[in-house]
Amino acid sequence: MFEIVENFLLGLGLWPWLATLVVTLLQIMLVMVPLLLSVAYLTYAERKVIGFMQIRIGPNRVGFFGKPLWGLGQPIADAVKLMFKEIIIPGGADKFLFLIAPVLSMAPALAAWAVVPFGSEMVLADIDASLLYVLAITSIGVYGVIIAGWASNSKYAFLGAMRSAAQIVSYEIAMGFALVGVLMAAGSINIGDIVRGQGGAYGLLNWYFIPLFPLFIIYFISGVAETNRAPFDVAEGESEIVAGFHVEYSGMTFAVFFLAEYANMILISMLAALMFLGGWLSPLPASWIPELALFDLALGDGIHWLLAKTALFLFFFLWFRATFPRYRYDQIMRLGWKVFIPITIVWLLVVGLFIMGGLAPWFDAA
Amino acid sequence: MLENYLPILIFIGIGLVVGGGMIAAGFLLGPHKPDSEKLTSYECGFDAFEDARMKFDVRYYLVAILFIIFDLEIAFLFPWAVVLRDIGMFGFLAMVMFLGILVIGFIYEWKKGALQWE
Repeated sequence: MFEIVENFLLGLGLWPWLATLVVTLLQIMLVMVPLLLSVAYLTYAERKVIGFMQIRIGPNRVGFFGKPLWGLGQPIADAVKLMFKEIIIPGGADKFLFLIAPVLSMAPALAAWAVVPFGSEMVLADIDASLLYVLAITSIGVYGVIIAGWASNSKYAFLGAMRSAAQIVSYEIAMGFALVGVLMAAGSINIGDIVRGQGGAYGLLNWYFIPLFPLFIIYFISGVAETNRAPFDVAEGESEIVAGFHVEYSGMTFAVFFLAEYANMILISMLAALMFLGGWLSPLPASWIPELALFDLALGDGIHWLLAKTALFLFFFLWFRATFPRYRYDQIMRLGWKVFIPITIVWLLVVGLFIMGGLAPWFDAA
Repeated sequence: MLENYLPILIFIGIGLVVGGGMIAAGFLLGPHKPDSEKLTSYECGFDAFEDARMKFDVRYYLVAILFIIFDLEIAFLFPWAVVLRDIGMFGFLAMVMFLGILVIGFIYEWKKGALQWE
């Protein structure tokens, strides 16, 4: 499809590099616009889901065309409101760092999507080291947090940033070990190859969440801790340090932090779906219901399965927030260092033995 | 091969532009009425009485150092994990020995209380 556009542009007499640039920008927009819309409606979903869990209605006033429509206009109204709010830069703050911090947390949260595959051919940049790239670029997000806390020159922001940074780096280790397990199972760092490695005759029984079950659970819980979400949200524990690292941020600067957090939630969910739940693969073997397999093909590579799995994880994020009380900081650090890291190291050895033994149906091929 | 990385570079650029552009939009559209009270840092009602960049707990520093060690470890495990099937039992046992040494260090840290938060 994009070749047609590129050829059309070349036919208009554009320079080849410009045609490539235009097509690439078009592809990036095709990823980014749905992503930002998903972020907006994830905030709406969060308020609705938690509302229903607490037997409330949630937002239900702001709609479109003068009708309430269950409050579907709420995220748009919030965005417009934040856009017209004053941006306050505190007197003692380092102005440059204060303004660069939200950008530094937003840019990696978006840029990580460059290598996320949505189908076997639907990937913007099909590089071999894509998982390594995701791990590297999401690590940059912690700079946004720590610079924000430092630049604000506020005690609450500073404490929040210290806690948050220590928590993020602690859980990154558990997350990294869990990823190593996936790499061992798949034998590749390319996310597309990891998904293809989960294909097979048994449908969902071929997916990696079965042999890597402890790593799967640890990856997702670490993801919740990485994004500073409840119950690991001591970084912004409003009952003790007000809002943590972004206490001094207002208006759009706050909104950018907020968008980055939600974009990261979606990223973690989609990566969990890709690495452990077979990505775009159908949970049913194609031989069972051939009509369903045909239907999947008609819809494209099974992107609906990927989105459904991602939505499932996102629902868990919201469910956790409605269910669990906030952990104490020492409990968080204990869970990360003394529970998750030992379990992951032991399970890496178990996975190694699985592979050496060629455990069917996951590791028998090749 | 290398041209596959071009979209990533453009995407990072777009990410920076989107983040920066949103903040610029906020500056353009929002009001600007600063006063001295508004510009003080948040402090539960009273004036901030000292610089917020204070001394902090050394354990945060310790966590950062331990993080570097373990993260290097993971970076080291990545290529090994990818070629595990090719290097077979020998490569697996070599890594088991290496991880064993790491675990000894980890136990030492644990016993020393470096992972202890109250």
